[in-house]
Amino acid sequence: MAKQITVSGLDAYYGSHKAIEDVSMTIEPASITAFIGPSGCGKSTFLRTLNRMHEVIPGARVQGKVMLDGQDLYAGDIEPVSVRRMIGMVFQRPNPFPTMSIYENVAAGLRLNGRQAKSKTDDVVERSLRGANLWNEVKDRLNKPGAGLSGGQQQRLCIARAIAVQPDVLLMDEPCSALDPISTLAIEDLMVELKSEFTIVIVTHNMQQAARVSDRTAFFNLAGQGQPGKVIEMDETSRIFTNPSEKATEDYITGRFG
Amino acid sequence: MSAVQHISPARRFKDRLAGGLVYLAFAIAVVPLVAVLWMVIQHGVARLDLEFLTHSMRNIGARDAGGGAYHAILGTLEQVALSSLISVPVGLLTAIYLVEYGRGGQLSRAISFFVDVMTGIPSVVSGLFILAFWILALGMPFSGFAGALALSILMMPTVVRSAEEMLRLVPNDLREAAYALGVPKWRTIVKVVLPTAFTGIATGIMLAVARVAGETAPLLLTVFFTDSINEDPFNGPQMGLPLYVFDQAARPTDVAVDRAWAGALTLILIVMLLNLAARFIGWWRSPARNR
Ligand SMILES: Nc1ncnc2c1ncn2[C@@H]1O[C@H](COP(=O)(O)OP(=O)(O)O)[C@@H](O)[C@H]1O
Ligand SMILES: [Mg+2]
Repeated sequence: MAKQITVSGLDAYYGSHKAIEDVSMTIEPASITAFIGPSGCGKSTFLRTLNRMHEVIPGARVQGKVMLDGQDLYAGDIEPVSVRRMIGMVFQRPNPFPTMSIYENVAAGLRLNGRQAKSKTDDVVERSLRGANLWNEVKDRLNKPGAGLSGGQQQRLCIARAIAVQPDVLLMDEPCSALDPISTLAIEDLMVELKSEFTIVIVTHNMQQAARVSDRTAFFNLAGQGQPGKVIEMDETSRIFTNPSEKATEDYITGRFG
Repeated sequence: MSAVQHISPARRFKDRLAGGLVYLAFAIAVVPLVAVLWMVIQHGVARLDLEFLTHSMRNIGARDAGGGAYHAILGTLEQVALSSLISVPVGLLTAIYLVEYGRGGQLSRAISFFVDVMTGIPSVVSGLFILAFWILALGMPFSGFAGALALSILMMPTVVRSAEEMLRLVPNDLREAAYALGVPKWRTIVKVVLPTAFTGIATGIMLAVARVAGETAPLLLTVFFTDSINEDPFNGPQMGLPLYVFDQAARPTDVAVDRAWAGALTLILIVMLLNLAARFIGWWRSPARNR
């Protein structure tokens, strides 16, 4: 079930360094939201605050509110592990578990959490691999190591692994930046298919990609070196790319900086 | 635009020279190893027979031939197994704490420091410590277990250091991938980090085992020695292969010296077998097997 995320007044720190400041936005359910902006402006940092992955880095902390369908994810009694089960993540570099087969990789989320009935796991693995458009390519070698796949296949494997635990939200941090154009298109198609079931948030450096797949786009920027990143503007993707209301956004998407 | 250049003769020469030097260094490094193996095998095979492997030295007179090292082999296996049983869990857990939980804090820096100090302890000192503490102060008997305690003092820092290194090699990506699936940290360590580092950790443990299996001084002070079979490592003097070699080599007859060589060969074989076993387990568990 796709859910809505509402963020208000969010700051994130690495030790004493403030990486993002006062971010507020609403991420609509069952849609694709893209984050664009120059390197180092805090897109990854912000993404990781959404499923409480930010705090696994030593010294990192967060201030502000993140609400998932009205529930505050940073309330004192919330278990971060359960948040991550509801909000999955796909990383920039494909990172299948090297000691596990393709099957085990997809089943990892279920198995590592202790739930397992063989027949049910089989179903979930097949459904997730089909969902990630990978089933036909790997169905004959499910017991082979995941690391033996091509980069694009590995990334789709990671997507299958993420959707196997049936999260409500899927966060993707530049999921295509290490992939070739064909694999990139495959993953873009996949995102569009998945958005009926999941709320998808994607960080991308590829303007065309944001324009092709996303429904809404947020532009991040920072005032200068060492300053915290901020959301400059967030709107319908078509508007951001044709008629942005901020000068900085226009400069960025027309390639005048960044 | 300059043209594509040919490799100059001078460069080609330097390359050959450097390559030659590396091979030479390798050969020099291998000489002692081959020499030791050669000597031990040459002198050791004479007495490495069934009798040697199945009999003790009980009732073998000072000049008699025959006899064997069964009591010493048994002792070494028990002592090394016990010391592994103590130092592998403690060492592994310490390494996990240092890498996964310590985060460079006060406690982890203190532990690191003491592990370094422990690494430098001479083996005879660890034996003296157990002698003074376990046997003299607490009044425990000489035993294989006392020897195992002394050996684990030597083994523990090696296990910690090698396991720590292997755990640090596990990419953080994998930990984060597991966290992002909603897997708790301890489960991530058990199911993702440890299996990924398994082969390296096993190799490190084997090296530590090999190191302590050949220790003589600490055994001399803690398990004492005996010519009879003592199967109980918790009670009474035992034997160990290094002790056996030490003891036999010091006797003035040729038959005793032959037994010493055979004992040394047995020790090498045991360590080599353990090493092969570890490699086999590593290979068995590696994903490469299924490729
Ligand atoms: N692990 C980290 N430790 C300390 N600072 C970090 C870490 N990761 C990112 N930063 C800093 O946070 C800021 C934002 O980085 P990031 O979120 O990765 O930007 P983006 O994804 O937009 O390129 C940068 O100034 C970066 O140097
Ligand atoms: Mg980034």
